[in-house]
Amino acid sequence: MNGIDLTLLAAAEAPTGVSLMWLVVAIPLASAAILLLAGRAADAWGHILGVAASAAAFVVAAWAFFAMLGRAPAERSFNLGLFDWITGGDFNLQAGLRIDQLSISFVLLVTFVGTLIHIYSVAYMSHDPDRRRFFAYLNLFVAAMLLLVLGNSYLVLFVGWEGVGLASYLLIGFWNQRLDYAVAAKKAFVANRVGDVGMLIAMMVMFAHFHTLTFDGVFEQVQADTASTAVLTAIGLALLLAACGKSAQFPLQSWLGDAMAGPTPVSALIHAATMVTAGVYLVVRSGPIYIHTEGARLAVLIVGAITLLYGAIVGCAKDDMKKALAASTMSQIGYMMLAAGLGPVGAAFAIMHLLTHGFFKAGLFLGAGSVMHAMKDQVDMRRFGGLGTVMKLTWVTMMAGWLAILGIPPFSGFWSKDKIIEEAFVGTGWQPWVFGLVAMLGAGITAFYMSRLFFMVFHGQARWTDDQHPHEAPPLMTVPMAILAIGSVDLGGILCLIGFAKWLEPVTQAAGEAAEAEPVLAVPVITVATLVLVLAGAALAWVKFGAKTAQVPVLPPPANVLVKAAREDLFQDTANDVFLVRPGQAVVKGLTAVDGKVVDGAVRGIGCLVQTVGGGLSRWQTGFVRSYAASMLAGVILLAAIVLAVWL
Amino acid sequence: MNSVAVVAAASLSMSTSEQFLFWIVGSIVVLAALALLFSKRAVVTACAVMVTMVGLAFLYVGLDAPFLGVVQVVVYTGAIMMLFVFVIMLVGVDISDSFVETIRGQRWIGALLGAGLLVVLVGAALRAAVPGFNGLDEVDEGNNPRAVAKILFRDYPFTLEITGCLLIIAAVGAVVMTHRDRLTKAVRQGDLAAMRIKHGVQVTPPPAPGVYARHNAADVPAVDPDGKAIEASVASVLRMRGQVSRLNGLTQDLLPAAVPEAGRTVGAPALPGPAADEPAADLAEPEVAAPAADAAPAPAETPAAEPAPPAAATSGAEPAKPAKPAKPAKAAKPGKAPKAAKPDEPATLEPAQPDPPGEEPKGGDAK
Amino acid sequence: MTVTAYLILASVLFTIGATTVLVRRNAIVMFMGVELMLNAANLAFLAFSRMYGTLDGQLAAFFVMVVAAAEVVVGLAIIVSLFRTRRTVSVDDESLMRH
Repeated sequence: MNGIDLTLLAAAEAPTGVSLMWLVVAIPLASAAILLLAGRAADAWGHILGVAASAAAFVVAAWAFFAMLGRAPAERSFNLGLFDWITGGDFNLQAGLRIDQLSISFVLLVTFVGTLIHIYSVAYMSHDPDRRRFFAYLNLFVAAMLLLVLGNSYLVLFVGWEGVGLASYLLIGFWNQRLDYAVAAKKAFVANRVGDVGMLIAMMVMFAHFHTLTFDGVFEQVQADTASTAVLTAIGLALLLAACGKSAQFPLQSWLGDAMAGPTPVSALIHAATMVTAGVYLVVRSGPIYIHTEGARLAVLIVGAITLLYGAIVGCAKDDMKKALAASTMSQIGYMMLAAGLGPVGAAFAIMHLLTHGFFKAGLFLGAGSVMHAMKDQVDMRRFGGLGTVMKLTWVTMMAGWLAILGIPPFSGFWSKDKIIEEAFVGTGWQPWVFGLVAMLGAGITAFYMSRLFFMVFHGQARWTDDQHPHEAPPLMTVPMAILAIGSVDLGGILCLIGFAKWLEPVTQAAGEAAEAEPVLAVPVITVATLVLVLAGAALAWVKFGAKTAQVPVLPPPANVLVKAAREDLFQDTANDVFLVRPGQAVVKGLTAVDGKVVDGAVRGIGCLVQTVGGGLSRWQTGFVRSYAASMLAGVILLAAIVLAVWL
Repeated sequence: MNSVAVVAAASLSMSTSEQFLFWIVGSIVVLAALALLFSKRAVVTACAVMVTMVGLAFLYVGLDAPFLGVVQVVVYTGAIMMLFVFVIMLVGVDISDSFVETIRGQRWIGALLGAGLLVVLVGAALRAAVPGFNGLDEVDEGNNPRAVAKILFRDYPFTLEITGCLLIIAAVGAVVMTHRDRLTKAVRQGDLAAMRIKHGVQVTPPPAPGVYARHNAADVPAVDPDGKAIEASVASVLRMRGQVSRLNGLTQDLLPAAVPEAGRTVGAPALPGPAADEPAADLAEPEVAAPAADAAPAPAETPAAEPAPPAAATSGAEPAKPAKPAKPAKAAKPGKAPKAAKPDEPATLEPAQPDPPGEEPKGGDAK
Repeated sequence: MTVTAYLILASVLFTIGATTVLVRRNAIVMFMGVELMLNAANLAFLAFSRMYGTLDGQLAAFFVMVVAAAEVVVGLAIIVSLFRTRRTVSVDDESLMRH
């Protein structure tokens, strides 16, 4: 990255802050390399370097952000060329960064929340002998995630895409001495690879039709209608597959729950706030493609809606605190997907929800981490209860996150989620009704299970065992939680007030002005109905789990079929097993048999043949020199006889 | 041969004398060559091949090649075949081939192929349209070696150089191939002598083989003053091969001659000897008397040489001690000491063995 | 009686030599068989030389003899070293060439 040459597609010269954006990727990457290569020597100061790297990235990003603010909205997009990466024939790919409103939003989220979580981890991982390695991986993740959102082409994005997959794998399996954790890491990795296939296919189709992979190049040609709708639909579906893999959307959702095996800060950063939203980023970034293909957009909507409900239902039955949060993450990303599929306006709200979600979900996870810290890493909520009095600060921060995710005004979730629900009602025909009602219902269920979680942990009777001594976490953990809680409270409102959707418009509406349309129901009706549902859900949870009178059994009580199914993640693993693993294994077995019997058989057969022939021929090689002499003489006689016969 | 269309003039065919030479020498050559196939002993074969070579030299001369005829004799008979014989000696002159064939059917294959080869070659010779001899008189100009030399050095100098190189390489190669690296320190005469003294083995050289004036063949053991065979006098190679001539037949005429001599020193030669097939008996007999004679030139040496019989030795030696005429003792000593030193060797000396009980007095008398 | 007689004699000798190589096991005797074959060839050379009236055949025979001398030196050296290691000059006591 030494020779940086600035190729600016935007007419304007890039301000200094923007031109230094490559540092945002380079600093955490270098830090990760140092931490990994220095080995034990870096144990003493490794975490400090990790935090510093992340913070430095945030500083650079903030600088670029303010530099960007000084520009007119249309001139806020920059293309920062780094180096010629692939040069071949008519294909010439320059690795570069694309800095615009969308990517800078992500960069700020990733670096800010990332830095907070880095700080939190210093305390959370303080007793782990491998803390340095943990920070190395976290830095690696930050670098890869930033490369993902900053890349100016699908290929650069893909590098970051794989990088975060790797970091995710390493961090889920961070305690890989436990077999089930290692298996969880593998599961996440494999599920992500399925999505990667979609990404690769999308890139191949793009390359075949557009001969370029840069965002600008591809979108330009999409605008110019050089590709048929079928091609665009194919690209859109393939990208959706990729997004499903990365964002744990239906049908590739199964890995997220198991991914909670990783340390809680990892769950907060990677599996709640940032990496899992990469799919949403991809869909929003590819908005110009989706806008031209109704089929793919509908697929996005359906996937979003299904996941939204799926996550919500699973969340209702989970007793494992982190898994319940994971299910909620899935569900919330379902909302974002749904919004992203709704078009330019929805996409803006998707990103907005993504940002608010990043804050409140990270806060919730960090709170969960704090609870686990207090409860000797226990995660079973049935063993909690009444913690609100013991851990006041955690209780407050988690309450902020809880109210935010519920969408209670004026907490931040309300501003983004309510907008998404409103947008879901926009449209014609059956679609607004279906997706709108699903989104609204989802909000109600979300209210129930999040309230259940909150009440089970902090209210009701104390159900922990005698050897537990819950205590508040050290400041190094509570301060980040508090900051995130503040974000959970007001970020949504702020974003709404400063007109975030408007700010994003140059990106989301790159494909063209989106027509403002009215929902099929009046906006106040939607808002009120949603709030009523949310309050109903919360009230139900209070009655069942929060009130002093509520009896929460320590062991999961027998339940009806639906609850059982939800506890089993709606049989996602069974389904995977039946529909994917077993047929796959059968195919592999078949191929192995074919390979063993036919291919190897042929090879061995040839070997056997040669051996047999050789064995037979070796009998001629008696080793007796006189036999050889006899053969020679026989040959001589034969030749002489032939010569004579010809000659005569 | 009749089938060949002889167009040649009479002068070009063989003269009568040449035909005579051809048939006589040719037959000898072929007959001698057949020894290669049928003679068991390598030496015989070598000699037969020499005959072949010399015969071929005759034929060469008859073919107007006197120079090559001489070279044939010098090189083949004189050098190559001598080398063969030399190697045969080195390897074992009496090694004879077993004619039992080890490779199944090899003899029949050989016979068949030989026959086939003969048919092919003779067929070719017969079929070839060969003119008669042109003769070499003009080319030779009366001096064949000079003519050969002229052509050799005029037309084939390069070939000559190359063959010279080849010869040198071959000589060096032979040296290299038969050379063995010395793995231990060289044992020199001085070392051997020192070793002999250290181990109490006989220091002087063993007696030469052969009974002088009678049988001086290398495989005949010397006889000590008692008329006993000194088996150590025969070269160890021959002993190892079991090629030492027996003294059986020898004793007949040997003893009368030997006895007087022994008698002179011993006094009582005890003639009962020639008991036909048991020469050991008669050899042993004089020995019984011998102790008195040449008892103890080296009484101290004996125990070291042979631990077993010392008791007998001393007992036998005692009476002998006073009478110790210097001369015969000296003569006898060389023979005795080795005998005592290597009691297990006399495998070939059957006569000496049959009477182990007699050995003790024998050993005793030696002292 | 012309060249043919000599050729036939040479053929007979050559055959005897070749057969010797095939049927005898003593390396020295086999080697003598080879020498006999060379001599047979020499005889044919000389006969042809006389037939054509040129000396080139004699020179060929001469060179054959020289080469034969070299060959004998090396061959016998081989036999001697063979005998040293295996105490035998039989070529097929063991089928060594097989290993």
